[in-house]
Amino acid sequence: MTLCADVTVARGALTVELDVEVADGEVLAVLGPNGAGKSTLLRVLAGLLLPDGGRVAVGRAGGEHDVWDDVAAGVHVPAHERRLGMVFQDHLLFPHLSVADNVAFGLRTRGVRKAPARAAARDWLARVGLAELGDRRPGQLSGGQAQRAALARALVGEPALLLLDEPLSALDARTRLTVRAELRRHLAEYAGSTVLVTHDPVDALALAGRVVVVEEGRVVQAGTPADVSRHPRTDYVARLVGLALLPGTGDGPVVRLDGGGAVAVAEETAGPVFVAVRPESVALYLDPPHGSPRNVWPARLVSATPHGSTVRCELDGEVPLVADVTATAVAELGLTPGTPVWAAVKASEVAVYAR
Amino acid sequence: MRRPGGSGVPLPLLVPAAIGTLFLVLPLLGLVVRAPWSDLGARLAEPGVGQALRLSLLSATLATTASLVLGVPIAWVLARTRTRGRSVLRALVTVPLVLPPVVGGVALFLVLGRQGIVGRWLFETTGVTIPFTTLAVVIAETFVAMPFLVISVEGALRAADARFEDAAATLGADRWTTFRRVTLPLVAPGIAAGAVLCWARALGEFGATITFAGNFPGTTQTMPLAVYLALQSDPEAAIVLSLVLLVVSLATLLLLRDRWLTRSGAAA
Repeated sequence: MTLCADVTVARGALTVELDVEVADGEVLAVLGPNGAGKSTLLRVLAGLLLPDGGRVAVGRAGGEHDVWDDVAAGVHVPAHERRLGMVFQDHLLFPHLSVADNVAFGLRTRGVRKAPARAAARDWLARVGLAELGDRRPGQLSGGQAQRAALARALVGEPALLLLDEPLSALDARTRLTVRAELRRHLAEYAGSTVLVTHDPVDALALAGRVVVVEEGRVVQAGTPADVSRHPRTDYVARLVGLALLPGTGDGPVVRLDGGGAVAVAEETAGPVFVAVRPESVALYLDPPHGSPRNVWPARLVSATPHGSTVRCELDGEVPLVADVTATAVAELGLTPGTPVWAAVKASEVAVYAR
Repeated sequence: MRRPGGSGVPLPLLVPAAIGTLFLVLPLLGLVVRAPWSDLGARLAEPGVGQALRLSLLSATLATTASLVLGVPIAWVLARTRTRGRSVLRALVTVPLVLPPVVGGVALFLVLGRQGIVGRWLFETTGVTIPFTTLAVVIAETFVAMPFLVISVEGALRAADARFEDAAATLGADRWTTFRRVTLPLVAPGIAAGAVLCWARALGEFGATITFAGNFPGTTQTMPLAVYLALQSDPEAAIVLSLVLLVVSLATLLLLRDRWLTRSGAAA
């Protein structure tokens, strides 16, 4: 393991208690809502924040460890002595330096002479596709270019640890797609450990080999992206990946939901389970339908949000659901917030797993 | 494009604003109107005028330099550290803002005068006496003007995004390197604005200077002192000297306003 961190930090009412390990070459995504403690973890790893308890250690070639924080032993290595690179949400390129000088900054502070530092900076700018823009000021770059430059600045010193703090969230949707793909490529080439903090599940699923989901300062779920999206363990994780996740108790062919109501399922179950309904499996009707779907519930449309090519409809009823329907369907049915609807789901479309 | 409702200023605001503007501008107009324009050239050529002006510019510039060297670090400590005595420190260094300058002069005399706590030691070890020298003028002006610089630089530091300093730290820069290579360039406009304020205050300093440095032509008689002295004997000369100070102040303000003051004003 290259990075081992097990830290406790008190942030006002919230106590962040996180334990993460990241191997060489591995990308760990820390996924969670705003205020969950993700950025706090990153600031502790960077040395910008003192933990109240715990330990942070980073491996070195030869199997030894550099201890960066050990509260019990009174060890704290300040940020500028840690071998790390950090990319911030809004790039934080120094506005008074050229892009090339920004990239060379970390080498200069670590004692590299001007000429070789500049050469390395040019080299990295070329790698991120900004070879022509080294002489510009950060203010003259687009958001995507600035974030690429920030990545070059973080990686140029070949750090042992790369920290990415919401690296894509300040970008517009289209730029985000291309920068995300490039970031994926650079991360694949990077030999050290990476910790990516994000509230966007797509970033996590696309960039990371492993995901930990953090809520209120604790890890609520950890695993591969596929595992987490297929078996979300909390409501938040389910909503993140689009699923309605309903806790209940298996009773043969139905699951009696803890929140009231029942869901017909394809396989017989017993005991405490989660029922997961994907939004694209939910069909909406204005009148009670008569047909094969075993699950038909009355509901009220709470909101309709365009979401790619479909409209995501949030439903309020005995069984809280989310439905993805086409924009045409929304128009034809005259769906507006407040509309009473019937929601139907085939039993075979309902996923059940033990909790 | 015109905004609906017109761009008119409400009367309760317009009247006091107009009176206030007149109040500020009329005395300066009076100065211009009453100036002895016919023999202005001859009066300006008098040796005393150039001497006082040179001394004023020199001492104000030296005082500003001293304030930058000492005041910027104070501002950094106030803005960036969490020491417990910080609010006490801020109160202490801003006392000269509210202290009557004459009192400042007396205080400086008691410390740096030949019988003062520091002054006596200085005289006994090196034979140097500070009061009634040009150095005393610079010290008095620094004492009065430095708080203006400290306050405005501290404001600039607080307004500057401290996360740039975090970014510098993750790039291997210790706090001193970060200060030199990141913080200082970021707050340069604020420092310049503070320096201009400080310089202007030093240029106009009167009370502390006359108390601590005296009023000796050539060594300690700055423009404000010369104006005051001239007013007793030759009012027209006082007007001429005042006019010179007015021109110097206005020129500085106009020259630097566009470059620094508006930008830092917008940032703050």
